Amino acid sequence: MDEPDAEPPLVVVPGADPSARQLCFAWGPAEVLVCETLFGRAGTGDGAPSSSCVFVVRRDQDIYIQTLRKLFNESHGIFMGLQRSEEELAGKSRKAQLVQVSKNYRSVIRACMEDMHQAAVSTQDPALQGQYSTQVSILSAMELIWNLCEILLVEAATAGPLLLRLLDWVRLHVCDVDSMVREVLSSESPSKHKLFWNVVDVFVLQGRMDEARHLLSKEASANPTSMNMYKILDDLMKKMPVPSLGNTQTLTELELKWQHWHEECQRYLQDGTFASNPHMESICKILVGDEDAILEKKELMSTWYHFLVTRLLYSHPTVKPMELRFYAQSSMDLFLGGESSPEPLDMILMAAFEFEMHQVIKECSIVLSNWWFVAHLTDLLDHCKLLQSHNLYFGSNMREFLLLEYASGLFSHHSLWQLGVDYFDHCPEYGRVYLELHIERIPLSTEQKALKVLRICEQRQMHEQVRSICKIMAMKALRNNRLGSALSWSIRAKDAAFATLISDRFLKDYCERGCFSDLDLIDNLGPSMLLSDRLTFLGKYREFHRLYGEKRFPEAARLLLTLMTAHIAPCSFWMTLLTDALPLLEQKEVIFSAEQTYELMRCLEDLTTGNPEKQKFQDDDIETTKVEMLRLALARNLARVIVKEGTVEGS
Amino acid sequence: CSDVILQTHSGSVWRVTWAHPEFGQVLASCSFDRTAAVWEEIVGESNDKLRGQSHWVKRTTLVDSRTSVTDVKFAPKHMGLMLATCSADGVVRIYEAPDVMNLSQWSLQHEISCKLSCSCISWNPSSSRAHSPMIAVGSDDNSPNILAKVQIYEYNENTRKYAKAEALMTVSDPVHDIAFAPNLGRSFHILAVATKDVRIFTLKPLRKELTSSGGLTKFEIHIVAQFDNHNSQVWRVSWNITGTVLASSGDDGCVRLWKANYMDNWKCTGILKGNGSPVNGSSQQGIFNASLGSANTSLQNSLNGSSASRYFFPPLDSPRAGSRWSSHAQLLPPPPLIEQSCDADTANLQYPHPRRRCVSRPLNLLPENEGV
Repeated sequence: MDEPDAEPPLVVVPGADPSARQLCFAWGPAEVLVCETLFGRAGTGDGAPSSSCVFVVRRDQDIYIQTLRKLFNESHGIFMGLQRSEEELAGKSRKAQLVQVSKNYRSVIRACMEDMHQAAVSTQDPALQGQYSTQVSILSAMELIWNLCEILLVEAATAGPLLLRLLDWVRLHVCDVDSMVREVLSSESPSKHKLFWNVVDVFVLQGRMDEARHLLSKEASANPTSMNMYKILDDLMKKMPVPSLGNTQTLTELELKWQHWHEECQRYLQDGTFASNPHMESICKILVGDEDAILEKKELMSTWYHFLVTRLLYSHPTVKPMELRFYAQSSMDLFLGGESSPEPLDMILMAAFEFEMHQVIKECSIVLSNWWFVAHLTDLLDHCKLLQSHNLYFGSNMREFLLLEYASGLFSHHSLWQLGVDYFDHCPEYGRVYLELHIERIPLSTEQKALKVLRICEQRQMHEQVRSICKIMAMKALRNNRLGSALSWSIRAKDAAFATLISDRFLKDYCERGCFSDLDLIDNLGPSMLLSDRLTFLGKYREFHRLYGEKRFPEAARLLLTLMTAHIAPCSFWMTLLTDALPLLEQKEVIFSAEQTYELMRCLEDLTTGNPEKQKFQDDDIETTKVEMLRLALARNLARVIVKEGTVEGS
Repeated sequence: CSDVILQTHSGSVWRVTWAHPEFGQVLASCSFDRTAAVWEEIVGESNDKLRGQSHWVKRTTLVDSRTSVTDVKFAPKHMGLMLATCSADGVVRIYEAPDVMNLSQWSLQHEISCKLSCSCISWNPSSSRAHSPMIAVGSDDNSPNILAKVQIYEYNENTRKYAKAEALMTVSDPVHDIAFAPNLGRSFHILAVATKDVRIFTLKPLRKELTSSGGLTKFEIHIVAQFDNHNSQVWRVSWNITGTVLASSGDDGCVRLWKANYMDNWKCTGILKGNGSPVNGSSQQGIFNASLGSANTSLQNSLNGSSASRYFFPPLDSPRAGSRWSSHAQLLPPPPLIEQSCDADTANLQYPHPRRRCVSRPLNLLPENEGV
């Protein structure tokens, strides 16, 4: 059975005329790009560019609101604490822990409200003012709902304490009357104030007996004639039995006491004790729980749930949680009296009173524009093991679903995405894959950001993402000709093929320009040199140059030879290496031994004969000259070294 | 960002698609002029007057097709640098660049004859080893005799060829676009089809036939959603990055967004529609932000709730009244700091109640959202 479907929300894209054109779109990580187009065209096309705009359509603007930043950051901390909290604690201590978590969330909401309010008050721009005050309004509604859920679901207050908690809740959230109260209390003679009785009524309606009695005493002293009535009323108010938080009395005892007291109040009323003072009489009527009398004070209560709690206080203080729903429904009906229909907030609260958690979450999801509230509340309720016990077989899925939605939303923000990572971590079924998909698409505008993202991936053994991100960074660097950066990224990616490619580029650059760029990097390759053969060659070749520069010629010569004979050097580079050997061969001192010279000769021959491709060496004049020079140098060296080695040293 | 206009093809360019950034900044385009092309953005060399600036270079033109090339898509990156094109003459061609650094060398690896004029293709993005490479092909062939306008081709490891694994018999109207959803580790595949309506299918692989030589996968096909809200031909469908929202664009000039709840019920969660009002200036560079969930662009209204999430939950017994959140934007005076005798652990600040129910005083309501 489907609900009556409201139309899904419409976003207007200015410009495009739906009767003449269509819209094409493309997905970004967190937004949709939309543009005018015409589908179904014939193919020839005149190719003229259209003058349409590209629109960026984004959801969830809330994450960009600066003042909500605190909410997201701090609630993240509370969320993480909750996930890590000890599950071994059972029973009362666990419950107390969860209630504390709930209170923490609420205090974060209130702190945010304060900031928002300050912002609203201090801004000059009326549009912004409007925005901020709406936000305050919404945040306070969220806190209202959360508080009620805390009482009914997290703390699961039982009959007795339940009423006290509800009273607290009402007192905290009904403040329309505060200015009036303040005004009366601070006036010179409160009892003469025209709103005096209103304030007394407020106190009575909120169960604030002591304060009511205090005010009444002022009236009594100003008006000695009503002393008698006052004394009786005061006494009744003083004696009123209320539930206590400690274990001082059982529910039955309370009920009994309350019954007696109730009857006493009734008697006084029927005797007409307060007949001469309509104010006092109405107070007494409230005390006996007369609905009409309470309803008369509608303005002072301002909401049906205030009315509900007052009603309960004065007619059924030992109300059990499961009985709430009946009183709630009738209270709402009586209070609204058919003049106005319930609003979303009313429906949410009603669902809470009925312990329909699922309904609460659903309604909240509908009216709130981002997933913050429902995600965190559902997670908390799941920790209270409430989602299962209420036989919602999709319970754990719902928690995960909401967290995934919330966290996905965070990823579109340039810094809040880091919070999103932690939320994904705690979604057992899809968290990891969502993280994989999102983290690959974070714009890596700076190296620091890339490193940050990489750290996160490495911590979670997301090897493929690490490789991919490094590869992307390497490609970017390569495109911008920053070979050193490209090389270090490909080493990090352990991408041998790419490292080979970049090494080739380095070598090509060297051949063309005669020097290396990024010497620091190459010199300090260390063990990562072994990633690819070409890279190893690059590193060793550079080492050769260094040795040569330091005039450590024998070592340089040995290295050079090894590079060729151990086939570390690619064939294409042999000519260059041999050419590099020339200055060593021409040195006054003999460097290459006979063995080594024979090896070099062999290399040269290998290079110039055999493979038909190598014939081109013959064709090119420069190449031919080079080969000739080498042959000569090698022969000369051989001659010298034979003599040297043949000579007996010393004597 | 800057505008670049490339005079590229000699006929309408039907589609463009990006390769994975691992391969650099690479685009492919396909056109009515019977070619597909691959483009790369390069940064100018230091010895050239375009030094430091990037520009686009056409790396290769693929000219094998004899008819208009209607779609081009790069394969998932784990398959290397590979792309597929499809043409109006019913041939799907798969090309590969063996050297990813040399984009001018592409070799034609496969030619698949679909026997129907092709309009769109989609690669299955799954990189799971349990799934062979797979490509879905849609046809906009008009003839009513030929059913199954969507075909699924799968790569057979043994024959080293693509072979037809499945044909969706229920799609008998011309298909304009087709899109596999990101896999998310599921064992089955989700495919969206843009035809005379929007359709979403699941394809569940059954056990491969062990007897036949390197058997093709058989699929169990279900249709999980079908929407005709566009009330006209649907031209494009595309998934967001997590495969949780499908967007579709139709002849009615709207873009619609479809989402499933965790019970896998699909519903429309948003509509983007033009209003035909003239845009200032002939060509605007600016980017216009509209928030989903409101007809009015002000941020305030985006807070006023969207009924989008209504569809995320299975319906319960009786419909609830009221689905809009009315706000009141009264700026009430700063709250007084009142000492609370109880509730010492919560903040000592009280705020104007979110909503008043005083019957005697008129409420100051904001105008309700239009169109919601």
